Amino acid sequence: MTRKKLATFWLGGCSGCHMSLLDIDERLLELTRVADIVKSPVVDGKHLPPCDIALVEGSVTSDEHWQELLHIRKQASTLVSLGDCAITTNITGMRNYFKTSAVLDNAYRHMPSNDGLGSMPDDAALLSLNDKVYPLHEIVQVDYMIPGCPPAADIIFYVLNELLNDREPDLEEVKKLKYG
Amino acid sequence: MDSEGKRKILISPVTRIEGHAKITLLMNEAGEVSDARFHVNEFRGFETFCQGRLYTEMPTITPRICGICPVSHTVTSVKACEMIQGIRPAHTGHLLRKLMHHGQHISSHALSFFHLSSPDFLLGYDADPNIRNIIGLADKFPDIARRGIRLRQFGQEISERITGKKIHAMGIVPGGMSYPLTESNRQALRGWIPEALETARIGLDLIVRFMKENHQMVERFAVFPTHYLGTVGPEGELELYDGNLRFMHADGHLLQDQLPPHRYLEFIAERSVYWSYLTYPYYKPLGYEEGRYRVGPLARLNVASGMKTPLAQEAFLSFKKLNGGGPVHGTFYYHYARLIELLGSIEEISMLLEDPQITSADIQLHGKWNYPEGIGSSEAPRGTLFHHYITGSTGQLEKVNLLIATGQNNPAMNRSVLEVARQYVKGQDIQEGMLNRVESAIRCYDPCLSCSTHALGQMPMEIEVLDPQGAFLFRRSR
Repeated sequence: MTRKKLATFWLGGCSGCHMSLLDIDERLLELTRVADIVKSPVVDGKHLPPCDIALVEGSVTSDEHWQELLHIRKQASTLVSLGDCAITTNITGMRNYFKTSAVLDNAYRHMPSNDGLGSMPDDAALLSLNDKVYPLHEIVQVDYMIPGCPPAADIIFYVLNELLNDREPDLEEVKKLKYG
Repeated sequence: MDSEGKRKILISPVTRIEGHAKITLLMNEAGEVSDARFHVNEFRGFETFCQGRLYTEMPTITPRICGICPVSHTVTSVKACEMIQGIRPAHTGHLLRKLMHHGQHISSHALSFFHLSSPDFLLGYDADPNIRNIIGLADKFPDIARRGIRLRQFGQEISERITGKKIHAMGIVPGGMSYPLTESNRQALRGWIPEALETARIGLDLIVRFMKENHQMVERFAVFPTHYLGTVGPEGELELYDGNLRFMHADGHLLQDQLPPHRYLEFIAERSVYWSYLTYPYYKPLGYEEGRYRVGPLARLNVASGMKTPLAQEAFLSFKKLNGGGPVHGTFYYHYARLIELLGSIEEISMLLEDPQITSADIQLHGKWNYPEGIGSSEAPRGTLFHHYITGSTGQLEKVNLLIATGQNNPAMNRSVLEVARQYVKGQDIQEGMLNRVESAIRCYDPCLSCSTHALGQMPMEIEVLDPQGAFLFRRSR
């Protein structure tokens, strides 16, 4: 069996899903015996090569996330929505009840500690927020979803281990599979 | 928003797609770096979308700000809620929160040191980036990698053994805790202590040896004086969970001492800047230019008069010798300070687990809405954290202000980048290794990444250099 290529991404979320991935603890080293982690916030890798599995945490909140997700979809054979923000937008999507301009205005002009002497973030180097926060499957085809805020480490490990060994994960069988 | 009419900076498609950390350098007429801008590129808007929610929802919503330090957010949030209710937590509830908070400090500090930073020290700053990570480390130094992973596991397990969940645990509530610690779980956690202590000491030896062998680099690495903020106990001892604030001037004298955190607005202001989604906080009495301060492990050790436990105290005394008892300004020493704290947290956990009250069922008191305003604070792994809630008479939130640790280090991170750039960039020439050094300068602060660069360890990075008129000169990336 050839070594698989695994990549993990972090869009608009808290990194909790990646922390839960790290909570597989020493089993991380088991995974790296059968797969190369080609790109991830944990290990780097400059550019994303074509890969077998991409785990994506977080919602799509900006133009940059959108582009990044399209790129991931193009490069990955199997794309997994990791966690509730990726699947339902979860807490990240709470800003959908507000106008984006009002959210920014409040954060950068109307905080009690704000000195009122600065300016709104608008540099060309910064991402532009979408008016709405999207879950991944509204933008690209998603192959698997692992719910949870975050999903438990055992579930992440189970799914990864099945996929890396060319088996179909049976999510019905996975205990503790739940939102929240 | 589009970019028309903004200052001209070219962003390559790669940057757009792969989420690089972005930095702009401004050159002066003499061809020297005059300023640096670290673009923090993430925004979710918690301050706004929490408006209209009940204040009692905040301990569940706010941990989702950061998956690395969720306990700090929850603890800070329930303290703000308790101020609104006018109550104090039940005694054992208070002890269990401390235990969980130390547990999170351990997992966060272990992640920062063993997973993310130790590959630099053990494999070398200029080692192949493809192996300069925890997996590469496991190849060459399997024992250290395994110990680091297990130390983080210990920290995470504390939350799991109390609440059943490692990340975003439920159970820390206004009035105390809603889960007790069972005797069997207490025993299981005690079993970890000897190994955890040994790993922390191995880490500490490693950093001390590295500092000795690389003395010149360490002494010169992004050194600049700032003021410092940290939380202290009644005797000025380092406190992570609960205490008052202490501000220390860059020259070592105390600007403020035993300041109750609910007075934070008198002393901290922040300014929004056009190049970053992260604001620039400062010590208000000294103003934006002069008031730059730092938080986090280095700041906490600088402001503290001592540690609460014997092994950490011994290490603290060595730390204090670095600058003859005065504040230590070298950014590299964040790593050293972090390991001293790590040792102290394990010792404190060991003491808490011996407290006969720790397994008591006296865990929760109950309050109701009494006051419109609540302010909570604690020391998150990366520094002092504030939550400020203003509510209406139904308990609905009207205003939410969150002052996060990495935000307060933002002006200093920006300055660290500038210091490194000045050393490594002359005219059109960027010296080899500059990007790696900028990266490691930022990593010293262990920035709370959900609000900054989205890279845990290695940062894909792009630097653009602009002339005095703001026109694009050239770009380097890695």
